[in-house]
Amino acid sequence: MILALLPEILLLVLAGLVLVLDMFWKDDRDRNLGWLTAGGALVILLVSWLAGRPGEEPIQIWGGMVRHDWLAFVFKSIAIFGMGVTALFSMDRPDLGKKGEYYILLVISTIGMALMAASADLIMLFLAIETTSIPLYVLAGFIKTDDRSTEAGFKYLLFGAMTSSVMLYGFSLLYGFAGTSDLYRLAQGLASGSLTGMPVIASALLVLVGFGFKVAVVPFHFWVPDVYEGSPTPVTGFLSTASKAAGFAVLVRVLLAAFPGSFGEGMDASLASVLAALAAVTMTLGNTIALAQSNIKRLLAYSSIAHAGYILMGVVAATELGITSAVFYLIAYLLTNLAAFGVVAIAGRVVGSDEIAAYAGMSRRSSGLSLVLLVAFLSLAGVPPLAGFIAKIWVFAAAVEADLVWLAFVGVLNAIIGVYYYLIVLKVVYLHRSDKEDQPVMVTRPERLALGILTFGILLIGTIFAPWWGFADAAAAALF
Amino acid sequence: MDFPILSVIVFTPLIAGVLLLMVPGERKDEIRVGALGAAGFALLLSLWVYFGYDKGAGGYQFVEQYQWLPALGISYYAGVDGMNAPLVLLTGIVMFTGVLISWNIDDRPREFFAFLFILATGVFGVFVALDMFMLFFFYEIAVFPMYLLIAIWGWKQTREYAAMKLTLFLFIGSVISLVGALAMYFTSGESTFDMLKIAEAAQAGAFDIQYSFNILGRTFTPTFQEFWFPLVFLGFAVLGGIFPFHNWSPDGHVAAPTAVSMFHAGVLMKLGAFAALRVGMMLLPEGAQAWMPALIFFALVNVVYGAFIAMVQTDFKYVIGYSSVSHMGLVMLGLASLSRNGFIGAGVQMFSHGVMTALFFAAVGMVYDRAHTRDIPRLGGMALKMPIVAVAFIIGGLVSMGMPGFSGFVAEFPIFMGVWTMASSPINVHWPFAGWVAPLIAIVGAISIVVTAAYIIRIVRRVFFGPMPAEFEGHITETTALDKVALVILAAILVLLGVFPSLMVPLVETGVDSVMLLFGGA
Repeated sequence: MILALLPEILLLVLAGLVLVLDMFWKDDRDRNLGWLTAGGALVILLVSWLAGRPGEEPIQIWGGMVRHDWLAFVFKSIAIFGMGVTALFSMDRPDLGKKGEYYILLVISTIGMALMAASADLIMLFLAIETTSIPLYVLAGFIKTDDRSTEAGFKYLLFGAMTSSVMLYGFSLLYGFAGTSDLYRLAQGLASGSLTGMPVIASALLVLVGFGFKVAVVPFHFWVPDVYEGSPTPVTGFLSTASKAAGFAVLVRVLLAAFPGSFGEGMDASLASVLAALAAVTMTLGNTIALAQSNIKRLLAYSSIAHAGYILMGVVAATELGITSAVFYLIAYLLTNLAAFGVVAIAGRVVGSDEIAAYAGMSRRSSGLSLVLLVAFLSLAGVPPLAGFIAKIWVFAAAVEADLVWLAFVGVLNAIIGVYYYLIVLKVVYLHRSDKEDQPVMVTRPERLALGILTFGILLIGTIFAPWWGFADAAAAALF
Repeated sequence: MDFPILSVIVFTPLIAGVLLLMVPGERKDEIRVGALGAAGFALLLSLWVYFGYDKGAGGYQFVEQYQWLPALGISYYAGVDGMNAPLVLLTGIVMFTGVLISWNIDDRPREFFAFLFILATGVFGVFVALDMFMLFFFYEIAVFPMYLLIAIWGWKQTREYAAMKLTLFLFIGSVISLVGALAMYFTSGESTFDMLKIAEAAQAGAFDIQYSFNILGRTFTPTFQEFWFPLVFLGFAVLGGIFPFHNWSPDGHVAAPTAVSMFHAGVLMKLGAFAALRVGMMLLPEGAQAWMPALIFFALVNVVYGAFIAMVQTDFKYVIGYSSVSHMGLVMLGLASLSRNGFIGAGVQMFSHGVMTALFFAAVGMVYDRAHTRDIPRLGGMALKMPIVAVAFIIGGLVSMGMPGFSGFVAEFPIFMGVWTMASSPINVHWPFAGWVAPLIAIVGAISIVVTAAYIIRIVRRVFFGPMPAEFEGHITETTALDKVALVILAAILVLLGVFPSLMVPLVETGVDSVMLLFGGA
């Protein structure tokens, strides 16, 4: 039982450690809390992978509240990795890096994500989601002197509270219909209850509102551009990867465990068609609006909406291949988007602007940073030999396999739109000149380390697929 | 285990490119010499593959297979047969001469050669791929560096526009083919991307599925092959410059720096035609038979329309760009004729046109570098100062007119023969027209040769002969020794192949025989 909760327990220890050291260390040493958080993430990952791996059979603990299986485990690793990298990117931001509470909030939120991935009960699920979200609201509004950051935090809070309550209403209805809050007995309870069909689907849709908010699916995406733009950039990177991944973990678990299709396989057909439509709209809207952006954080915000659409394609297919591809996509996307936001954070710190135009001449100011941006953006665009290429191929493949050829075509055409706006940014970086070309961009040690890890990871996943595919497949197999 | 020669060919440019990036950017001469060394090594190995291929045995040779993602049936699977061995050699030649021609690039040569070599790796990878996934992987690798090469080192006036247009066209084509490839993967029931196994499954009837669509009250019942063939074929053929998706190509040629134009027209367009053959026609033969009249029509438009457009251009480089569209049309025409001779001609034409157009673009680049204009009416008398360029260009021109004794004749003659007799080709089972239509198409196609002769002769007269305008007096210099070496290599290959067709035709024939088998003809 301890092993099932090993990552969470260790994270809690880490949070306590950060808290205590923050009190005892003088202010000028507080930057080292970043090293502590990142190092802690590494240790937790190593220890969990060595000692806490789930076995063949899932274990349920706390009376069925938490489930220890590969799905939970892979997503916990994703969240912890995201936390570590985010800490590295935050260390040299003057407004974040020396504040102990920043790192504590980051760690607590990660605990929430880990529990989200592992929840097997509606009540636990809600608690986990709130544990994740509340620190994130604070993180989004962390820079109190910046109006945009405050606005981002507040907007995120309002949207979050609203969608949470709708989702909670859905939970209560489901509990009423099924007589149980256990996700794995929900399907049985719903089938044997007196109310089936429409009411059940309607309450499932209410629940989807909450999940849709977390993963930023249209029409629950309105918070995304403003919050991404206003939040401190490392937080944005964390929001767009770890938080999104946790949302998807919950989404696939609830949909496949509680709303299976008629043969106990896959997903309920009417839900699947709703999600297919949402996926198509999400990709198209995200990509189309991204075309018009002049701020790189807003561009990445819309691109992140579009990517949610691609991932949803794998979820909609609801086959083992589909879920595997979605998980694989999330792993690839984690590395890629963290790298992209990392570069944006560094550039923003030095250049003082997030406008795309401010990136002119970047390749002459720092060729290394530009190269990372090139790799990250090409990976987002889906160019081999980078992680994004193989990830995209497999979500399209999942759609084709599930007879959703139309959705696959919507997806590939959207990928083209993506190529266009990613190239526009690269064009500014590599072709446009500016009068500040003689001022080099300084990249600090933690940032260099983080970018190095991410770039290496993107290339590694893009060329040697088998191990990562194995993990994603193990995660998906936990649902079938 | 045998020496993994194909892998070495594929990865030599990539490794060389990465190593070049580590050399300090100021040491330009070391970078150039290193690039030339790597290109020479790749050329030697591709010569070895070309001449080491055992024509008597046929089939796929130098085969290598390594598991890549076994859970999904993806492997790194490389091999050459009679169709792609010449193309591997072509890539080696163009890469080597491209480096020679690019010696004078002074703006960031390190990055230039690195991107060019990554592109070359992609091209080699596609040509040797026997696994559909691997083919796509390298195909996309080959497409992307073009963007940077054109956008950074291209002609300032149109480079951003042309680079973006090219990239988007090629990406759209490739992703559409990708969906078709995925459909084949799932439908074949083999859970493998191995193209040989998929082809076997297709022969055994795995693709005999009938779809039924109801569109506006009419019911369409295409088979699997009929439905997917046009998507897969056209998706790749975009890169082959097929009408009506050709117009990225002249813009791209013109905007690109000389070596990239050579690569682009010489090799990359073959990539499209080759992948369309390998994935489209060889895996979906019944689809090809059903769509053959449409393909013939598009290819014919390419050939004739491309030639006429080339004739009215005043920009030297645009003329060559449209002539590429026209000549690639001949490749498509040969493939679409679904006849043995047509396939042979298409195979040889891919090689011959690749070398010829590389020669053309090299010559254009040399003239432009010295005259700083490509406006044909303003040029003149270049033969006086650059006799070797003039001679090389004339040889290329004779090839493109299909003059006997040059490689163009060896390629174009079988194509027109194939088209003439395609109505009676044993594998062309759906020929919908009367028998006399086929010769008519051949005659219409052959008109393009006359037009080609017209624009080539016009260029030769206006650019290379006649009086030299006063503005060029004095600063038109003779080409460098390296440029001459490149031109001589390219021109010699064209003549050699024209005089000794047996250097290539029997090899291509072995490849064509296996294609014919897939179509059910012996």
